[in-house]
Amino acid sequence: MELLTNPLSLTVLLPALAGLGIFAIPRGNAAALKGYALAASLVIFALSLRLWAGFNPDLAAMQFALDKPWLPSFGISYSVGLDGISLLMVLLTTFLMPVSVLASFNYIKESPRAYYAALLFLEAGMVGVFAAADLFVFFLFWEAMLIPMYFLIGVWGGPRRVYAALKFFIYTMAGSVLMFAAILWVAAAHHTATGAWTFNIPALYAGALTVQAQFWLFAAFALAFAVKVPLFPFHTWLPDAHVEAPTAGSVLLAGVLLKMGVYGYLRLAVPMFPQAAQTFAPWLAGLGVVGVIYGSLVAWSQRDMKKMVAYSSVAHLGTVMLGVMAFEPAAVAGAVLQMVNHGLSTGALFLLVGVLYERRHTRLIEDYGGLAKVMPGFAAVFMIVTLSSVGLPGLNGFIGEVLVLFGSFRVYPWLAGAAVAGVILSAVYMLGMYQQVVFGPLRHTENKILRDLDLREWLYLLPLLVFIVLIGVRPNPFLRPVLPAVNAYITLSGARPAPPSPAVNIAVGGEERK
Amino acid sequence: MEGNYYPLLKWILAAPLAGFLLNGFFGKKFLGEKAGGIAGSLAILVSFIFAALSFSDLLNLPPENRLLRDTLFNWISAGTFTVDAAFRFDPLSAVMALIVTGVSFLIHVYSTGYMKGDAGYNRYFAYLNLFVFFMLTLVLADNPLVMFVGWEGVGLCSYLLIGFWYEDPEKATAGKKAFITNRVGDAGFLLGLMLLSGILAANNVIGMDFETLKASASLLSGYSFFGVGAATLICLLLFFGATGKSAQFPLYVWLPDAMAGPTPVSALIHAATMVTAGVYMLARLSFLYELAPRALEVVLLVGCFTAFFAAVIGLVQKDIKKVLAYSTVSQLGYMFMAAGAGAYAASVFHLATHAFFKALLFLGAGSVIHGMSGEQDLSKMGGLKKEMPVTFLLVAAGWLAIAGVPGLSGFYSKDLILEKVFEHGGGFVWGVGVLTAGLTAFYTTRLFVLAFLRSKRGHGHAHESPLSMTLPMAALALLAVGGGFFLKERLFVFLDPSFVPVHGHTPQALRLMMVSVAAGVSGIVTAFFLTLPGPAAAMKAALPRAHALAFNKFYVDELYALLLLKPLRYAADKVLYALVDAGLIDGLLVNGAAKASYSAGKALARAQNGRLDIYALIFALGVAAMLLWII
Repeated sequence: MELLTNPLSLTVLLPALAGLGIFAIPRGNAAALKGYALAASLVIFALSLRLWAGFNPDLAAMQFALDKPWLPSFGISYSVGLDGISLLMVLLTTFLMPVSVLASFNYIKESPRAYYAALLFLEAGMVGVFAAADLFVFFLFWEAMLIPMYFLIGVWGGPRRVYAALKFFIYTMAGSVLMFAAILWVAAAHHTATGAWTFNIPALYAGALTVQAQFWLFAAFALAFAVKVPLFPFHTWLPDAHVEAPTAGSVLLAGVLLKMGVYGYLRLAVPMFPQAAQTFAPWLAGLGVVGVIYGSLVAWSQRDMKKMVAYSSVAHLGTVMLGVMAFEPAAVAGAVLQMVNHGLSTGALFLLVGVLYERRHTRLIEDYGGLAKVMPGFAAVFMIVTLSSVGLPGLNGFIGEVLVLFGSFRVYPWLAGAAVAGVILSAVYMLGMYQQVVFGPLRHTENKILRDLDLREWLYLLPLLVFIVLIGVRPNPFLRPVLPAVNAYITLSGARPAPPSPAVNIAVGGEERK
Repeated sequence: MEGNYYPLLKWILAAPLAGFLLNGFFGKKFLGEKAGGIAGSLAILVSFIFAALSFSDLLNLPPENRLLRDTLFNWISAGTFTVDAAFRFDPLSAVMALIVTGVSFLIHVYSTGYMKGDAGYNRYFAYLNLFVFFMLTLVLADNPLVMFVGWEGVGLCSYLLIGFWYEDPEKATAGKKAFITNRVGDAGFLLGLMLLSGILAANNVIGMDFETLKASASLLSGYSFFGVGAATLICLLLFFGATGKSAQFPLYVWLPDAMAGPTPVSALIHAATMVTAGVYMLARLSFLYELAPRALEVVLLVGCFTAFFAAVIGLVQKDIKKVLAYSTVSQLGYMFMAAGAGAYAASVFHLATHAFFKALLFLGAGSVIHGMSGEQDLSKMGGLKKEMPVTFLLVAAGWLAIAGVPGLSGFYSKDLILEKVFEHGGGFVWGVGVLTAGLTAFYTTRLFVLAFLRSKRGHGHAHESPLSMTLPMAALALLAVGGGFFLKERLFVFLDPSFVPVHGHTPQALRLMMVSVAAGVSGIVTAFFLTLPGPAAAMKAALPRAHALAFNKFYVDELYALLLLKPLRYAADKVLYALVDAGLIDGLLVNGAAKASYSAGKALARAQNGRLDIYALIFALGVAAMLLWII
């Protein structure tokens, strides 16, 4: 029964149970179905708030830990636990869930029962990935989560949904296969060295591996995660998946699934293979910066709003990777916060595109224009979200961006310097889109009768806005629980003793004057 | 921590923020026009009162101890990066806060008349209040990062207000251009801060507040990059940010377009306050610039060039607001010249007097535009002296002040700047400055003559503006006339307690002054002559090339489009997206790999055709190959 009394384990399992429970509702009763799904996601969110309340922000250790032997002969156990990083990720997931459910009410007409069940199963998988403290369990959740997402895109998606779903699935699978082989290797190596089987993640940190083995294992993990992030040039599945996915699918894909890639580096790839990570880090950071500039520029040439937001995600996640690979407290903490920020602002952007799509059934920028006149509420929300996305000070995006830039500058001055270009480019494409959609005259007659946001839409947008402002003004409550975990990550990466001394790096490229 | 804890500071900021929330959330539905306008103006008045109170408290302190601080909370803290939401009130902040709140209040009152009947009335006041909030954040900030909040915040409000009439795509585009150009500068600002913070962190200096920075600025001397000292590099990067916000070469291009906004906005944001942020920043960080004489040289030269260049463009513009816009760019150039010569107090002095007379001129232009139902073309004006006598008189005060007529405010500050520039050793820069003073006198006189004197050239009847508009103008006219005389010594003593007022002028200063006055007078006289239809046409015909070049703003916008925007657009659309993303990565590699495995599968499937004889053949071949290999 510990499985259900441990609040973390309950947060993992309850969505799955709720997903099963949905089939008890009669097929035709749409209202009950929606109510049930919303209530379930809200209850799960409330549960996760207990995790927030009970979390000790000063500890780096796993909290709410539960370790139940599962396949003891291989050292596999159902093992979960939270540190500050996974805490934020779990909360982001459970927070975006009711939002996604609420945003689906009008859009999903076809087999809603299966749809909401898929959403809840997806939630179980996502929370599971962030909560897992066992490599085997991690992998199970990692793979399990793909299935509902595959169906969300492939069944309830747009016209090219089958292509997009398959591409998403195969791309991710290709990465996962290598990762699974690497997982088995790591466990076997640990067995050879110690004579005991274990898949416990902390136990596998910095194991007895040759540098050569570390190199290949890290590469396998890194590839799987790079696809998920997505790091340039492994990103082309993302625009397709986003464009075809239903609104809720896009919100969760951008908001949570992409974060799993970064989370994988933080939790697994770097701490398990620190030496290899040190070798690869500048390259991964470099790819991140390439992503910032490349993603921004390509976003600028998009005419489909969802595609533009998808490419902007490549840019944002590039910033995050730069931070994570800097192994500097401010940069890593900023990257973790930026993961949350991206979930909020990009989630909100997809919701807003969804609002328009439900009214006009087009996502092309040129089909809009002048919406401020007919949809002032929408225009205001869109403005705030746009500003959050471009990192305007006072809103959430700025905090993450500044921490990543200032922090990573101490380690990679050139890369961080180049990443500043993102500050300009994000304004170029985001404000460009905003202007074309919201400003100007109402060119299309169809747009003259668009109605403004209704109560339901306000209900799922407002909570996002609240956090967009709150994190921008008072980021510390969100940063504080993260910091011990970040320091642990940096120590495990073997980077440099904390606090880092950036003197060496700053002086590179310059000589002493005196 | 040094300085006196002073909890009143936050109220200077809170009032305009409250005004923004009030008009932004409840304006249209609950307040309506009248109450919304009053609430917006009152919010600024409250802010002004708190600023004045703080000012008087500051004055009561001994000069060497004049620093009030209010730290609200620790804003960001992660690792060795920590920033407080903290504000300071020292003489420099005090001067800025008083100018900002004072001029803002007058312009808010003016706006209640100017914007009457506009559909976005409450939205307008909400944005304007938000602007004042961010501007005050900028000038009261106690560390560069909070300053950056204000810095970008005012840029946002500028964007929103330039594109206030968003249905006109041209206006919306002008807003976007302003924001993006400013962001280019902001990127430089951020880079400068990153470098500064990186070096300080390397030396275990954690605080970012100005006092700490000042105390540890000497640490920078140990670093250099490619032979450029760290201090110089930081100062240049920060100055690049200033060229964005304060519309200096090469980033000035957004300001003339920004005239698309409502005219009171041009007066407040694009003349009196926001565009002076760069000047303020240099004065605030003067302790850094003192370490970087080479950066100061750049500031001096850029300011000098911009002052002259913009004045030349301003000579021939037809749009009354465009003339004033280029004039603003030019006058800001003067302020940077002063800063570049190390005379920060002089630059702040000119900042103050410019805020008075330029806000006045813009409001006057607004009054004219309002009176002529939206006409902005100088060539269609004329004879307004009779139809708008009050506006005529008030604008005359602004005109004479900017033209440098002795005794008025512009004279004192400009003359001081030229004197300082000369002392700094820049005979050439001084010469350009004097020449620009002549040009300034010329284009303002031209504007004045074409609009108010001469005979009427356009059609329709103009009407005088209401009191709500003329009264704020009168207050500004008073400041434009007497402000320079009143402030000249008081301001310097206040800003720099070690300043010793000198009475009378040295013979050299007197000579310099006479030259610049002569330049101003000849500018005025020439303008009276050259605006006569005959000479004007003759002049234009004599120098058609030069006129076209200046009128078309030296084609700088076109040049940027050709050299920067188009290539970037091409790279994004054709190279990165079409070729690399869709073609190479997705087409060739991803879908190519998929297609390759698909056709490989198809090819292999052909082998599984169910014919036993083929299977037997392959089997036999396989066995043969194995045998061959074994033997």
